[in-house]
Amino acid sequence: MTPIAFQKPARSLMKTRELGIVLALVLLIVYTTANNHRFLSGQSIRDNLLNTAILAVMAAGEAVVVITRNIDLSVGSVLGISAWASATMVSSHQGLPMIVPIVVGLLVGALCGLLNGILVRYGKVPALVVTLGTLYIYRGITYSWAGGKQVNADKLPQHFLDFANASVLGVPWLVLIAVVVVGGISVLMRNYRSGRELYAMGSSPQAAELAGIRVARNLLGAFILSGALAGLAGVLFAARFGTVDAAAGTGYELNVVAAVVVGGVAVFGGSGTVWGAGLGALLLTVIGSALAVLDINQFWQQAIVGFLIILAICADRLVAVRIARSLRKRDAHV
Amino acid sequence: MSKKLASWDSIIILLTVVVLIVASFAVDNFGTGRNFTFLTLDTLPIILVALPMTMIIVTGEIDLSVASTLGLTSSAMGWMWNHGMSIQTIIPLCIVLGAVAGALNGFLVTGLGLPSLAVTIGTLALYRGLAFVVLGDSAVADFPYNYSSWVTGTFGGGSIPHVLLPIAVLALIFGIVQHATPVGRSLYAIGANAQAAHFSGIRVGRTKFWLYVVSGAVCGLVGVLWTLRYSSARADNGSGLELAVVAAVLLGGVSIFGGKGSLPGVLAGVVLLAALQNALRLEDVSGQALNIVTGALLVLSVLLPNLVTAIRGTWQRRKLRQAAAR
Repeated sequence: MTPIAFQKPARSLMKTRELGIVLALVLLIVYTTANNHRFLSGQSIRDNLLNTAILAVMAAGEAVVVITRNIDLSVGSVLGISAWASATMVSSHQGLPMIVPIVVGLLVGALCGLLNGILVRYGKVPALVVTLGTLYIYRGITYSWAGGKQVNADKLPQHFLDFANASVLGVPWLVLIAVVVVGGISVLMRNYRSGRELYAMGSSPQAAELAGIRVARNLLGAFILSGALAGLAGVLFAARFGTVDAAAGTGYELNVVAAVVVGGVAVFGGSGTVWGAGLGALLLTVIGSALAVLDINQFWQQAIVGFLIILAICADRLVAVRIARSLRKRDAHV
Repeated sequence: MSKKLASWDSIIILLTVVVLIVASFAVDNFGTGRNFTFLTLDTLPIILVALPMTMIIVTGEIDLSVASTLGLTSSAMGWMWNHGMSIQTIIPLCIVLGAVAGALNGFLVTGLGLPSLAVTIGTLALYRGLAFVVLGDSAVADFPYNYSSWVTGTFGGGSIPHVLLPIAVLALIFGIVQHATPVGRSLYAIGANAQAAHFSGIRVGRTKFWLYVVSGAVCGLVGVLWTLRYSSARADNGSGLELAVVAAVLLGGVSIFGGKGSLPGVLAGVVLLAALQNALRLEDVSGQALNIVTGALLVLSVLLPNLVTAIRGTWQRRKLRQAAAR
């Protein structure tokens, strides 16, 4: 009896959390379109979705890590190393089908993620320290590998570059991949055992361990997933922009964390959704293009993003306080 | 005593001394006065920002907005100079601006009880964004020569740079406060257990709030020095510096969970990173490849002590078991 009674308000509160992002998104789009109807044209929607895709793929992996009460700051560097690896590979083997660089990117990323996970779990080093360290290490490896060189679009095979713009039934591959990744992981986190275990680990690491959850396996899985998706994002980055050097993706980690936090994933773990993080990525991208359309100084973009992050954390805090209060009230009745 | 010798901060201090000695013999031009001047100037921003950052991390919080605060004050400095204010009013105003930015962080963290990691990622974007709003992508460069040349200059034209003065004074003040005053001890108490600290009468919230204000003010000062050093006020000044500062502080043996660490260790960490970078650059190794060393040192600074503890634990258990068997 009580579990259901408790679930209801908690659930509806959770729902309002993502609803807030959707609402903000709708308001922004309506307002911008009212000012310039071309904002909702096919081309503009396409551009927005393409620009969101890479960020959303990374945000999905980051969200999983953050839900376990960890953080992965190395994603930007993993993107860089994977982008460089895949770009040099296809430029020297022009005939490779697209699936090969994608698999290589995923593997490179997964390997980077595995190292992060091992250091966090078995080295007992906090995730912030590990991934700050590997942020430097992976970037350094890319720099020593690439030197000052650059892979340009004319060195890349046409089918590799086409991949970013080609579409199936009008939906670009990039967007399709992002939707599948965000959707798939959302379902995994919501309905499957390992997903629920990851939430449990984030809510209380000690309790999760005592409850017999295979914490080590799950934690490694979360870091490998985040790394692999950052690796995938690297391949997509190379295909979309066509120019790759050792600095590709520098500073992306902050955008990714921003998307995750704006999307309603609490940094203390245990709450938030992957599709919320995807929405966060979409919102951040749309803000950027809306500013351009509304003819507002582009320089405002970053300030607005910062303001949004703080707003999102305040909202999380409010929800948490309300849940705690309703729980206390329930306990008082019993 | 043996425990103290084996602690990470003493290892890092030793390592720094070794690197300095080896580099001055093995690397051409490393030991010269001219190189010392440049080394000090290059280290200036990280070393100054690391002072309050150490205190903040010791209390178990973090401030990732430091580099953006630096950029914001640099931008504001350029804007005010363009609007005809005198440099004597601009400099204190910049420090106040930094303090205000820090106060906002402090309010969000202590007043609203929000997690500092998320808050300062937010203000990292916010302050950097505001820096761009203030100055756009233009640069202001015509600061008075006697000010900018003081920052880059040396005492009596020798090899001791003027900026060593603010570094020494601030390091001394922060060192004394952190290691020889009740306030400093309370920082460790807060970091070890904020609740216990609260119950023993330490004003946890107020202490943390003022730490953020001080951190902001120092960033404001560094923003001014940075601008004068390069004679260029730009919105992107110092971007990415926050990670370098955090890396240096952690490398110096401060625990990210709070409650542990010392300022001498941090200073050694900063000097070690700067000296390595400088020496390798003189040897024509690319500075970017050096990232590998920085990152590895950072991870090792936590990993090695953990491994030592784990090994010691197994060893002790085995000894106990043997004793029990006997």
